[in-house]
Amino acid sequence: MRKSSFFKIGDIQIVVLLFLLVGLFLLMSFLTRGKLLEFQSLQAVAFQLPLLGLLTLAQMGPMVSGGIDLSIIATANLVSIIMALSMTRFFPSLHAPFAILLGLLLALLLGVVKGFFVALVSVPAIIATLGLMIFIRGVSLVITRGYVIAGFPVDFLFIGNGTVLGIPTSFLVFAAFTIFMYILFSRTRFGLELYLFGSNPVATLFSGVDNRKVVFRTYLLSSFLAGVASCVMASRFNAAQADYGESYLLLTVLACVLGGVSPSGGSGRVMGIVISVAILQVVATGFNLLGFSSHLASALWGTILLGVVLLNRLFLGKN
Amino acid sequence: MKFQIRRQTELYLLAIVVALSMFLTAMNPKFLTLENLFDLLRNNSFLGIVTLGELVVLISGGIDVSFTATATVAQYVMGVLISRTMVNSVLLAFLIPVPIGLALGAINGCLVYYTRVNPVIITISTLNFYYGVLMFVSKGTWIYKFPPAFREFAKLKLFTLMSSKGIPFGISIFTLSWVILGIITFFLLKYLPIGRKIYAVGGNLEAARRAGFNIFRIQLFVYCYIGLLAGVGGFVHAELNQMIQPNAIVGMELDVIAAAILGGASVFGGVGTVWGTFLGVLLIAIIKNGLILMKASAYWHEVIMGSIIVLAASISAYQRKLQIRKEKGRFAEEQLF
Repeated sequence: MRKSSFFKIGDIQIVVLLFLLVGLFLLMSFLTRGKLLEFQSLQAVAFQLPLLGLLTLAQMGPMVSGGIDLSIIATANLVSIIMALSMTRFFPSLHAPFAILLGLLLALLLGVVKGFFVALVSVPAIIATLGLMIFIRGVSLVITRGYVIAGFPVDFLFIGNGTVLGIPTSFLVFAAFTIFMYILFSRTRFGLELYLFGSNPVATLFSGVDNRKVVFRTYLLSSFLAGVASCVMASRFNAAQADYGESYLLLTVLACVLGGVSPSGGSGRVMGIVISVAILQVVATGFNLLGFSSHLASALWGTILLGVVLLNRLFLGKN
Repeated sequence: MKFQIRRQTELYLLAIVVALSMFLTAMNPKFLTLENLFDLLRNNSFLGIVTLGELVVLISGGIDVSFTATATVAQYVMGVLISRTMVNSVLLAFLIPVPIGLALGAINGCLVYYTRVNPVIITISTLNFYYGVLMFVSKGTWIYKFPPAFREFAKLKLFTLMSSKGIPFGISIFTLSWVILGIITFFLLKYLPIGRKIYAVGGNLEAARRAGFNIFRIQLFVYCYIGLLAGVGGFVHAELNQMIQPNAIVGMELDVIAAAILGGASVFGGVGTVWGTFLGVLLIAIIKNGLILMKASAYWHEVIMGSIIVLAASISAYQRKLQIRKEKGRFAEEQLF
């Protein structure tokens, strides 16, 4: 890993992203005639951002390792369904904290399964998580028969819809996990090994790192974060279903790349992810206020991603 | 060495297909009737045709997830034109989606070559772009007003038999086009210079570059090829369903990739055959058909499909591991990632 140049590139990217965020924010404020700057709109951004943010953090680890996790949305949905069943049918007397604990345990279990196939059997991540995505979604469908499970207790709904001092609770959850990920990725041995592995697995192995352990933990972490996202998602929608939020899958990959994670692994910072998620959310909320179709937003996301990729290529040279 | 692995994958696959067919026939004698088999081949011809394109891209070491959007855009433009003008010619209708597919594929090819970014990312972006623009312009409206010739064409068969209940059946024109495209792809990969080059680039891009291959031309070719087949697939899909819904095809990308991978193509490039891909599509089709015949709840389909993909990928990863261990020793195996 070219450490010095890596940090330089990272810094330039963050500055570019910040400019892009501010520029788009001003543009959207101008186009909506200041409507975006109203308290309600800003709060809407803060309510909607955490879900995409947490899912993107879940996608980040696998992408830094040079892999990808296509099963995060399926994982989040299955976890929501189990939490929903726990609260509405199995253990209604045990309240939300127990359901959340159960959900997060399930997320970790799914992480073990993913880690097993990717790290120990060495199935390419894209194929293993593709198969598991279909499998997990199938399990959700078998459990729910395609129906929506709705009607959660008030204390659970607080996560997605409540506010603390005017700040959405889900935003605080996202902020907490952003700090957690920042520390984990830039201050711990695991983070260092993950970046090393992503940029050169063979060199990492020769320097005495247990590659399998690193990869296994990466998918465990990713599933855990998908589980956290699931709490926010179920609580926000006040419902759980087998195929909620499928459009978020490609969006998390997009947000990671936009935020500076190289698809071939080894780079990307939590800071970049947060800014890129904010960019996508400002565009989405702005378009919503302008009354544009969400499909136009998705076309624009595709264009933004291509633009960033091309700019990286032009200004930062060959990979 | 690669040759041997490939052969093995296909033999396993053939054995699984035969065993599964026998099992399903035992469960429900309806399975192994010509009527059911012809139906199965007809209904999966769209899947079969686009999987051939994905195979070629995978062999070149790339991957394409945007072909579903390409097929949708191609069939939608065709639908709008033929339902507005009602020109009663299938040939003219067919000539609309094909160049559209080719053009969108060419854009992918150029982007993949010039950005040097993982094709998954490029094609995710173009998927979002093509599909987003289409949905924005079309507002998701369905089209089901076609000229009579377009409707009649869907009933065309190679030959016609009568079932015991007096219902005519036979090999559909779409099954035939799938087989013909399969043969073309086979010749292209096996006997034309471009085919050898595609395997070479997928096996080792840097080596191919240093050997003087024009990487741009090869990558442009493979993405144009899948774009072209997506255009043809868009036409076939519209014919099979006799309506065009903008959201009918998008979302199938992973099924297609799964079929190609099941058929022995590798995500690392350089490996894959038309014959294996055909078996991969057939396996998926048989499983879905069998589950329907066994009256299993549709919700179990995905559980079973997912398990099969993970199992197939695990077996192929394990084989690769054994192979490397045999060739280079245990330490090399640790570097698999």
